Amino acid sequence: MSAAETRTVIVEREVPFAPEKIWRALTQPHLIAEWLMQNDFALEQDRAFTLRGEWGSVDCKVLAIAPNRSLAYSWGAMGLESTVTWTLTPTATGTHLRLEHAGFKPDQTQAYQGAKFGWQKFLAALEQTVAREI
Amino acid sequence: MPNAHTTLFRTLADPTRRAIFERLCREGEQTVVALTARAGVSQPAVSKHLAVLKQAKLVRDRPDGRQTHYSAQLAALAPLIDWTSQMTGFWQSRFDNLEDLLKRMDQ
Repeated sequence: MSAAETRTVIVEREVPFAPEKIWRALTQPHLIAEWLMQNDFALEQDRAFTLRGEWGSVDCKVLAIAPNRSLAYSWGAMGLESTVTWTLTPTATGTHLRLEHAGFKPDQTQAYQGAKFGWQKFLAALEQTVAREI
Repeated sequence: MPNAHTTLFRTLADPTRRAIFERLCREGEQTVVALTARAGVSQPAVSKHLAVLKQAKLVRDRPDGRQTHYSAQLAALAPLIDWTSQMTGFWQSRFDNLEDLLKRMDQ
């Protein structure tokens, strides 16, 4: 797999709800907690917030807000600095919801960071496998 | 856990085998003799570990006269460090959660 192919993740889905409703789920902390992670999000430009998952936390900052249309925040986790952008486009039946998670630059430092995370995760999983087998 | 992961975990779960693999990663290509000198186990045991590592595609062998040289194949670890597939799986499951939530939310 080339470096260019590993840089961006895009997930798109047709959702049978209005953009305004999806916007609430994307921007209200108690709702974000229900589908993504525990958080201290606030809908303010440059707001720093943290997402907390079972496996660790993600350091984020709000980068761009266009109410009911798009939201972008930085995503610092797994040794990678990346950007998450949500785009909401109204359709006849609801909303076309698009997520773009643009990742690391294909240079040595970032590749190393990614590999480092991979090893940590790998070793944790290895421990569990070993524990199960013994 | 996908099968490729299970194979890798099982292969590297043995501490002696993992130490051999780590040395090949750190120090580059080596012969069985050189590996045995520092492995703390017999040469047949080292050869057996190398065969298991080779089967998991974690090492490659290169015959050279009467010697065989072994080298680590880091590409075999790709399933574990593939950022794109990890994040795609993560976001797809979060989309599922989001849709469930939207169904439960008031207009």
